[in-house]
Amino acid sequence: MAEPRLKSQRFREERQDVWLSLEKIVGKAERRGLASLTEDELMALPVQYRATLSALSVARATSLDAALIAFLETLSARAYFFVYGARNEPWREVAEFFATGWPSAVRAMWRETLVMALLMVLGAGVAAWLVGSDPDWFYGFVDPALASGRDPTASREALRATLYDGGEQGGLSAFAAFLFTHNAQVALMAFALGFAFGVPTVVLVLSNGAMLGAMLAVFFGQGLGFEFSGWLAIHGVTELGAVILAGAAGLRIGLAAAFPGDRARLDAAAEAGRLAGRMMIGVIVMLFFAGLLEGFGRQLIVDDWARWGVAGATLVVWALYFYGPRPASWRGR
Amino acid sequence: MSAVPGLTARRLVTPEGVPLALQVAGAGPRFAALCIDGAVILGIALALTLVTFFALGAAGRSAAEPIAVIWLVGVFLLRNAYFLLFELSPRAATPGKRALGLRVAARNGGRLTSDAVFVRNAMRELELFLPLMLLASAPGGGSSIWVYVAGVLWCSAFVFLPLFNRDRLRAGDVVAGTWVIRTPTARFLGDMAERGAGRASGFGFTTAQLDVYGVKELQVLEQALRMGDPGTLLAIADRVARKIGHELGDQPSPDFLSAYYHAARGQMEGRLLMGRSRRDKFDRG
Repeated sequence: MAEPRLKSQRFREERQDVWLSLEKIVGKAERRGLASLTEDELMALPVQYRATLSALSVARATSLDAALIAFLETLSARAYFFVYGARNEPWREVAEFFATGWPSAVRAMWRETLVMALLMVLGAGVAAWLVGSDPDWFYGFVDPALASGRDPTASREALRATLYDGGEQGGLSAFAAFLFTHNAQVALMAFALGFAFGVPTVVLVLSNGAMLGAMLAVFFGQGLGFEFSGWLAIHGVTELGAVILAGAAGLRIGLAAAFPGDRARLDAAAEAGRLAGRMMIGVIVMLFFAGLLEGFGRQLIVDDWARWGVAGATLVVWALYFYGPRPASWRGR
Repeated sequence: MSAVPGLTARRLVTPEGVPLALQVAGAGPRFAALCIDGAVILGIALALTLVTFFALGAAGRSAAEPIAVIWLVGVFLLRNAYFLLFELSPRAATPGKRALGLRVAARNGGRLTSDAVFVRNAMRELELFLPLMLLASAPGGGSSIWVYVAGVLWCSAFVFLPLFNRDRLRAGDVVAGTWVIRTPTARFLGDMAERGAGRASGFGFTTAQLDVYGVKELQVLEQALRMGDPGTLLAIADRVARKIGHELGDQPSPDFLSAYYHAARGQMEGRLLMGRSRRDKFDRG
């Protein structure tokens, strides 16, 4: 008098081998990473994931076995994170980032970049003009600890010495490492501050420009403009460029959060965030080079023309890399 | 352990168009995970610093520079790459999150990309390190106290952001399009209909008897059968028998209940195929 088994029981019996096999694969991947899977397991993962997902849909519509539905739900979610969450080739991703991801993010934000560059020039111009008309303004723009004596009262010789004093030649790599980590942290902060509708980012870039302008005014005032600019530009092209790009990324996020347009605010912020994120990874890379240029290049190269030469070369390289024409197959996005 | 399901339950629609039920992580577990990660980072930083000092003492000034570089870069990586690398790993979780059964996922159901992970952690500057720096720099002069208070208030807006939205998103999650969810843990369990399969016809339940309850009661019964506590089963069997007007006699309660479960589920699933389902015993739809 054995009665027919329930349809949901037979459904379960027929498919449970696939589910259990998927659970084994996913469990292994969770414990030891995707790299530990054999080729067969890798091939089976998406297929069995889709089979399980479709079984979940069927079970929801036809089965009242609550434990089974919970299990299928859990298994689908666990497998989903591997099918859609993992990257198999980190190196290809890195290559793609440098080939298309980063330059295309920079190009997509050209408006923000332009605004930030203009803000920095504006800050520098106003500060230089103010310090030129009344040297006391200098102390309003530059932190005395940072100026370390390079203020309007310093003599020409003292100012000149700061430009060519190689420092203790021994500590260059430590100096470069310090510069990189410090600047990267500041850039990350400038970017994160963009979340407050971009206002703090704008202030930060303006004050950076003002500091630059005040220092320029002091050195130009003593007839050391060319020498100081060379001292600054050898790493400044890269470093200030990175600061401007970080500010542009912050501004993009702030604008998306403040003026989402047609989209939901959260969607707009998330979209801007991902683009800005690619930009910021690049900014950290730029600051790494800036740290090397400042830590080694500036201390070892003391000839003004050579410093200008390096500065010009970095400018051309960055401009071509970001905005230069490239084969259509590279363009991406 | 689990909070009220209705409050934290979310749906994630996979690219295949199937919604998956997920649980958003609460603020408490998130904070606990952060504390664990913070302790790990501090511990490693402290160990690195101690090793640096010993190395300096042993190697003298000649090796000072490489040691300084290692320390500087090490601390920088700890602060920035710790979260990044762990969240890019297959489990998408730092050790703290793993310990509490949490993971990061993309809100739109798509791939968790590396730029999203980078952004959500770059935002920690604003949400974590800036407030910490602010707290460390207590106000000096009397005039700056209001500036300090304003700064603290401004920072709090970001620090406490997760408490003011349903999905417990912090600023980094908002900007990166991510959220933190609980890692699901349900296991493959036996089918409770197996036991009753051979017995149901022996009881000869009528359609009316099987119609007394709805889906909710059926799943409570499934749960009770799974636990298999004799006292509970006896009490349930008693109530069910009275409700459906069945003479229980000296039949063992697990036998009766599993037979009833099998028969009732068969009937309800048959109706389900026709698109009719009863939520619970009050549903007279």
